[in-house]
Amino acid sequence: MTVEKRHAIQPYVDPGQRGTHTAGGWRWQDRWRDLPPGGTVPVGGTSTHYLTGGWRSDRPVFDANACSHCLLCWVFCPDAAIELDDGKVTGVAYDYCKGCGICAYECPKQGAMTMEPDTTAPDNGEAAI
Amino acid sequence: MKRDSSRVALTGNEAGALAMKQVRPDVVAGYPITPQTELMQQFAKYVADGDVATDLVLVESEHSAMSAVIGASATGVRAMTATSANGLALMWEMLYIAAGYRLPISTMLVSRSLGGPINIHCDHSDAMGMRDTGWIMLFAETAQEAYDNGIMATRIAEHDSVRTPVMTVQDGFITSHTTQVLSVLTDDQVTRFVGVYRPERSLSNFEQPMTYGSIVLPDYYMDIKRQQADAMVNAPRFIDQVSEEYAELSGRRYDPIELYRMDDAQVALVVLGSAAGTAKDAIDIMRERGVAVGLLKVRMFRPFPHVEVAEALSRTRAICVMDRSLAMGAPMGALAQDVATSLVTGRRVPPMYNAVYGLGGRDITIEDFQGVIEEAAEVAVTGAPKAAVRYVGLRGNEE
Repeated sequence: MTVEKRHAIQPYVDPGQRGTHTAGGWRWQDRWRDLPPGGTVPVGGTSTHYLTGGWRSDRPVFDANACSHCLLCWVFCPDAAIELDDGKVTGVAYDYCKGCGICAYECPKQGAMTMEPDTTAPDNGEAAI
Repeated sequence: MKRDSSRVALTGNEAGALAMKQVRPDVVAGYPITPQTELMQQFAKYVADGDVATDLVLVESEHSAMSAVIGASATGVRAMTATSANGLALMWEMLYIAAGYRLPISTMLVSRSLGGPINIHCDHSDAMGMRDTGWIMLFAETAQEAYDNGIMATRIAEHDSVRTPVMTVQDGFITSHTTQVLSVLTDDQVTRFVGVYRPERSLSNFEQPMTYGSIVLPDYYMDIKRQQADAMVNAPRFIDQVSEEYAELSGRRYDPIELYRMDDAQVALVVLGSAAGTAKDAIDIMRERGVAVGLLKVRMFRPFPHVEVAEALSRTRAICVMDRSLAMGAPMGALAQDVATSLVTGRRVPPMYNAVYGLGGRDITIEDFQGVIEEAAEVAVTGAPKAAVRYVGLRGNEE
């Protein structure tokens, strides 16, 4: 096989025989030609499709009984992953919590937010682009 | 005698500023650097006098100038800037960003050496430093060409199938600061030619939110760059369409290369920029003395018109490619590398060598060119250049 052939872009294959990628409502065939130019993201709100919880090695575990609902965890969380209901903490959005531990560090109550090793983090989901 | 108002005497910088004013960009970012300063100064005067409604942003560096026009262009408006030498070098990382995001920015480069030692005069070391950044590059021989390129650049960059920034290059001082007579279009003609810029997608289209500048990792990066390379390869077709339309409007037709007395040429010079004019005069003299010499002037340096170059040179017996910059440590200069690659992909590779001239503004005269032609004519007989790289106009012997 010549060098040229080895490095050539693969010939076009019917889209039915290849996977398609989706992000938000945007779909494109799995070909370099059809990707959005300039690596732009052609629709809004795609970050919700990217489950950053997959970055986590430790997870915060919330205990409602020990919590005073001071909301310091909610204030400090860099990923807005502390879930609230009517001004009270109800838990952690594990799809997006990266496990940084800031909530547990800032928590003034013993045992309300505790970091534990995590082996159940979600997979990253679809890339935003 | 009827006065022809389309004929005016302008310096290259003034011609560039006039083109910029007539294109009426929405945003221009400016930062002074010799020899481009006068261009932006003249443009600022147009803005101050109310001749053009551009938002002129006076920034704190060229890095900021390029960043500002990138931001402006991403919001879907027409954005331009101008620079020289070290200013272009300071833009360097942003040049890649502008091209990689496929933003149709046009920029005027008034070519100057990058030093050190410090020097403010013309050579192409600034332009050659950006040759791989993904910008289309058009070189001008005269103030006329600088003006025409400055207008066409906007249309080329904004073409839906191109979407690639364009750098128009004129030679510092030699072109930028000498007064030349040129034909200009009226403001209305240029307004109609460039049209209204309405990109399909932009950051300010709130109906369809989008993102510029997301991180693109190994799973997609290469595909995106392949697209960009494809746009560059396909650009000549669309550049030709714009040139054709411009020719109908102005009567001036520009091709990727210009051939001068090449029909029966045994010896060919290849030149970029203002030196082409001097070369043509020297060629006329040498033709009278019976030397079959011609000139290939490269007008469109990126994308490099390799097919046309190979075709034009394949029948010659000796080629001297003249570089106004050094590619330190490379076998030959930047233009010579591209010509050599073009010949290799063509039908025949005639004896070819590189002559470096004009660094830091060193003058190249008709007599210098005559010397270059005489040497190239010897190579046409012997088939063997004296060296891969020759230097024109050095103190003392070259050795």
